[in-house]
Amino acid sequence: MRALAGLYLQQFKTTMAMMFQYRAMLAIWMLGQVLEPLIYLIVWSAVSTGAGGSVGSYTTRDFAGYFVVLMLVNQFSYTWIMYDFEYRVREGLLSFALLKPVHPIHSDIADNVSSKLITLPAMVLIAIVLAFAFHASISPQPWAILVFIPVLLMAFMVRFLLEWTLALVAFWTTRVSAINQSYFVLMLFLSGQIAPLTLLPQPVQVIADLLPFRWVIGFPVELLLGKLSPVDALIGLGAQAAWIIVGYVLLRIVWKAGTKVYSAVGA
Amino acid sequence: MMQPPPAIHIKDLRKVFTVSQQDSGARAALQGLVKRRTIQVAAVDGISFDLEPGEIVGFLGPNGAGKTTTLKMLSGLLHPTSGEVKVLGYIPWKREKSFLRQITLVMGQRNQLVWDIPAIHSFELNRAVYRIPPDIYRSTLDELTELLELKPLLNKPVRNLSLGERMKCEIAAGLLHRPTVVFLDEPTIGLDVTMQRRIRSFIAEYNQRFGATVLLTSHYMADVEALCRRVVVIHHGKLLFDGDLSALVQNFTDHKTIVVRLEDCQADLKEYGEVISCEDNQFTLRVPKAETARVTERLLADLPVIDLLVEDPPIEEVIERVFAQEKP
Repeated sequence: MRALAGLYLQQFKTTMAMMFQYRAMLAIWMLGQVLEPLIYLIVWSAVSTGAGGSVGSYTTRDFAGYFVVLMLVNQFSYTWIMYDFEYRVREGLLSFALLKPVHPIHSDIADNVSSKLITLPAMVLIAIVLAFAFHASISPQPWAILVFIPVLLMAFMVRFLLEWTLALVAFWTTRVSAINQSYFVLMLFLSGQIAPLTLLPQPVQVIADLLPFRWVIGFPVELLLGKLSPVDALIGLGAQAAWIIVGYVLLRIVWKAGTKVYSAVGA
Repeated sequence: MMQPPPAIHIKDLRKVFTVSQQDSGARAALQGLVKRRTIQVAAVDGISFDLEPGEIVGFLGPNGAGKTTTLKMLSGLLHPTSGEVKVLGYIPWKREKSFLRQITLVMGQRNQLVWDIPAIHSFELNRAVYRIPPDIYRSTLDELTELLELKPLLNKPVRNLSLGERMKCEIAAGLLHRPTVVFLDEPTIGLDVTMQRRIRSFIAEYNQRFGATVLLTSHYMADVEALCRRVVVIHHGKLLFDGDLSALVQNFTDHKTIVVRLEDCQADLKEYGEVISCEDNQFTLRVPKAETARVTERLLADLPVIDLLVEDPPIEEVIERVFAQEKP
């Protein structure tokens, strides 16, 4: 445990050094993370104003709150492992990782957590500015704020486990971009990134409930906006916990099978 | 006294890859969509050898001979199709932590250093990964820095280093945890002569200082000559030779080279042997081994010889001949 703490600390320093090497790129990347929800925010605000001040249960100010919080949640749970893995396999970096006496997932966890810690202050600042600029309505109960913290952590864990597992497809084929694309489309529509899920048709909502995406983004956002009852929150936590277990089991199985294939066909 | 167990043990090792084949042309491409034609290729085809602890052995063979595949099986990256592999008593592909802590694989054509930041960050990361105690890390790093002259390189981003500088850092990164078994795959590839020599003497020094077992592949015979008394030669996945470098030369050459220096360059030496070169009154002749003594005697008797030297052909030439023929 202590040794892992040492590794995490060192990875934090390394990630920091890398991010500062590419400050401009980092800024552009963060701009992207801000712009996407901002565009949806503006579009939905316009739609809502045009429809007389609200769409479904969302007022114009609700939309502003929704997308500002979404920006933060997305930033916190986001990973880029699926892009990275293909490169690692192709460049033989994975071979070096496999020769280390530590599971490679640790440096990925450490790297992701580090980069979030580094970018979080700036993102929070931007979120506050945007919330004021668009008169966002964010009115959670105190209990919801308290529950939001573990929910956010669990959202990150679900997303990380699933995307890490999906990234392992690179063991079987080096052309993983098609899979990545399909994943991102599903994520976009079924997580609540494009629109609050409660505004979508009933069948879509049922599907979204059964898949992991909603629990990663839509659920934490709605919780912090104050749109959920304690029972809703409990159901969401249950769903997250279930997906963490599923993700963990899947990851172990796929990792074992993947490394077996890798060591059979050539590294 | 009991013999210590070998550091590396390989017996009847085989690795067969399934490779998909596709002819050129649209029709073949369509066929490939439906059913891929595959063939089995034995990259390593039944080789056996042992390395004693502390030995440095040169592992030679032309491109595609199966050297890297063997190294990958030894380090645990590849699962053998059949046969035995043991390194320090471990079965490599199980990749046990205690095994991984004791080995390293350095590949001249791949890099593990983080590209965008100074190498020292990658070193520190390895310290954490291998859980090297701080005092040992410090002293190993100092030692490697001195031996490889790394001081001016450590704080420059890796992408700004020259190929040779980067290679030195790669080697250091791979040795920080003081592995007892070291696999070096083309560690000097693409480097200039000075840098090659530096890395060569470093490998010898590391082997001496830490008693490490080293298996080294290289295309530069100078590396092998300088470092390895013993060589293992493979070709098409099969073992061609395993023994002393000098024995390799003896086994695979039926010629010697005679260098004669004459008072003038008028003479025609064709009748004595095959003339390879003639510069500044100095002739290089190639003669069958069995006739060396007789030709030398005749040269001395017939011509105004100033100097005469009998040599084995250069090692490059020998290796070329080894690769050209299948089995002696």
